[in-house]
Amino acid sequence: MVSTLVTALRACVVTLVLTGVLYPLAVTGVAQLLFPFQAQGSLVKDEQGRVVGSALIGQGFTRGGYFQPRPSAAGAGYDAAASSGSNLGPTSQKLRDRVTAEVERLRQENPDTPGLVPGELVTTSASGLDPHLSPEAVRWQAPRVAKARGVAPERVLAVVNSHVEGRTLGVLGEPRVNVLLLNLALDRQFGRLASEPAQPMGAVTPE
Amino acid sequence: MTLIGWLQIVLFFALLLALTKPLGTYLFRVFEGQTQPLPRVLGPVERVLLRLTGASARREQTWVEYCGALLAFSVVGMLILYGLQRAQHVLPLNPQGLGAVGPELSFNTAASFVANTNWQSYAGESTMSYLTQMVGLAWQNFVSAAAGLGVALALARGFTRRPGPEGAKTLGNFWVDVVRGTLYVLLPLCFVVALFFVSQGMLQNFAPYHELTTLEGAKQTLAMGPVASQEVIKMLGTNGGGFFNANSAHPFENPTPLTNLVQMLLIFSIPSALTYTYGKMTGDTKQGWALFAAMSILFFAGVTAAYAAESQPNAAVASAQVAQVGNLEGKEVRYGITASALFATVTTDASCGAVNSMHDSFNPLGGLVPLVNMQLGEVIFGGVGAGLYGILIMVVLSVFIAGLMVGRTPEYLGKKIEAKEMKLAMLYVLIFPLFILGMSAVAAVIPQGVSSLNNAGPHGLTEILYAFTSATANNGSAFAGLNANTPFWNISLGLAMLGGRFLMIVPALAIAGSMVGKKVVPAGPGTFPTNGALFTGLLVSIVVIVGALTFFPALSLSPIVEHFLAGAGKVY
Repeated sequence: MVSTLVTALRACVVTLVLTGVLYPLAVTGVAQLLFPFQAQGSLVKDEQGRVVGSALIGQGFTRGGYFQPRPSAAGAGYDAAASSGSNLGPTSQKLRDRVTAEVERLRQENPDTPGLVPGELVTTSASGLDPHLSPEAVRWQAPRVAKARGVAPERVLAVVNSHVEGRTLGVLGEPRVNVLLLNLALDRQFGRLASEPAQPMGAVTPE
Repeated sequence: MTLIGWLQIVLFFALLLALTKPLGTYLFRVFEGQTQPLPRVLGPVERVLLRLTGASARREQTWVEYCGALLAFSVVGMLILYGLQRAQHVLPLNPQGLGAVGPELSFNTAASFVANTNWQSYAGESTMSYLTQMVGLAWQNFVSAAAGLGVALALARGFTRRPGPEGAKTLGNFWVDVVRGTLYVLLPLCFVVALFFVSQGMLQNFAPYHELTTLEGAKQTLAMGPVASQEVIKMLGTNGGGFFNANSAHPFENPTPLTNLVQMLLIFSIPSALTYTYGKMTGDTKQGWALFAAMSILFFAGVTAAYAAESQPNAAVASAQVAQVGNLEGKEVRYGITASALFATVTTDASCGAVNSMHDSFNPLGGLVPLVNMQLGEVIFGGVGAGLYGILIMVVLSVFIAGLMVGRTPEYLGKKIEAKEMKLAMLYVLIFPLFILGMSAVAAVIPQGVSSLNNAGPHGLTEILYAFTSATANNGSAFAGLNANTPFWNISLGLAMLGGRFLMIVPALAIAGSMVGKKVVPAGPGTFPTNGALFTGLLVSIVVIVGALTFFPALSLSPIVEHFLAGAGKVY
């Protein structure tokens, strides 16, 4: 009994050092050597060289001249220190109310877009940090973005089309557009939007 | 459902099938072979590790000794993990200065990771320091998987060892199995795949959280950490505990559709390969393929149902103004409906519990699939080791029923199944619903239970049922709206996880101990063959009937009634 417990303790220490210390340190060392950009969070910069986000993490956009991402349940919205989905089910009153409000907002902000609102623009993602939209949901917003920037819609659509990523190997996942990278491309192409105070978001309040 | 969607599912299964034989052969060589792989390189490491543990590695253990070693290893592991969480505020590698984890939550998490469940009542990025994650949680991800492997091997040895003149009594050596599983199987695979994951965009650093100003001028804080190294073993060990709250839905934890595919393959790889390893141990690989076939049938049934259900619009989102292509609430654009439904099926077939979409937001019948997968006992490939010993108990039940039908003493692989083994098998089968239904019933009527719900109506009952099913089945996925970080939920779920792990391992090992010494009788004309399609069909039926009889009443009050209410447009 006692000898079994002693063996157990020694086995715990041995495996802990091997798998909990040596292994992650080895992976970190090699990863930092081979893939430093990815290991540090795939940070992207604007023309001035300022880090404006991660290529993998969605961020909030509220201004008309930018494409907007999906609604987010992470913290106060796109809080990348508090990832979360809404976890509301298909018989939830809260979910129905939220969708109704989102539809109304999108209709108001996009008066020139005919047709139904794409479902993903009124649903929250699983992580609350979804960096992507489907090409359809991006194109749906194009008239608003073009108008706000004062450029022809075709020119905006051309930038969108150059940012569509297809399925991996033609089979895996879904076609998509990275919203942050797309908005950065718009700024490069048509000039940066005149700065105005943006709404606060992503407040750092760990639960 | 689309053709491309089905191609994605078929591609996944084809790759799994291709992996099964080579990995199964490798596992056989590691655990049952005369010499282990790479004897020059890894042999000395193995001997050093075993010498450091002080275990008498050459000595084989009886089932009682094997079980005692496993329990001691788990108890000590749980205490260390509890201590690490309670003291993380004074330990290094805590750049965010996160405080000590509370006592109930530390108990729940320690039980969870030792029991290979990885239920998480906490959000990783706001609760656990890098040290706790990598030294505590990831360490148990390795060794709880290795321990599960050991149990499966011990039971397999119980069925397949041929006793000599003085009989066989031993089932192998627990410490050797754990060390070999870690050194030859888990670590090498993890190291290689972790680097692939980083190349795809997964984090691997110890930096403080990165604060930045977004393109629109708002503040955003990016959580950081040593993610990739933990992510691989989370999947390969069928653990499922996410580094971040959003688990494999988080773009830093599962950045691309390709990493998503690899994660799903990692979940199924060892459980699937073990069916082949088992076949080799019986001396007839068809015995293993029969189990693989039964698991595959149940897998395809589940993924078809989940995919079909999630391709339907979400009733609460439905409006004359919205164009829905399936239910996208709680799903990521890069995976879409198919890869989300497939992942949900895989992660609950196996007792992994990682998620790339929020099951709580699935359509009622879509959420029913993960729930039923777990309630069938985590035998559809199942957990690392747990899947094999789970399905072997179902095999015992199946040959017993087949024996009753032809009116002779049941036998399996030439060994008679008698009253003692049947009693132990029934104990194994009954402990499971006792925890799930008993504890769910209590939680559904007391305020400490229902006050944690995120959804009202039948969906709320599903949240409760799902939590205890997931805990007892050692899965760890959740209808995550439930706020489980309360004393009641932390303690009750912690007990369910320990019960669902260890109270089921003991009878499984007892069966192994009882079978190992039995004489082998040559197969006769009355022997029911266990290596063909007829047996596969019987096994599938037994798994489904046992699960259905036990859980159908509870399910009809939760997802099934919600399906009809949602169809009628009702909300709560």
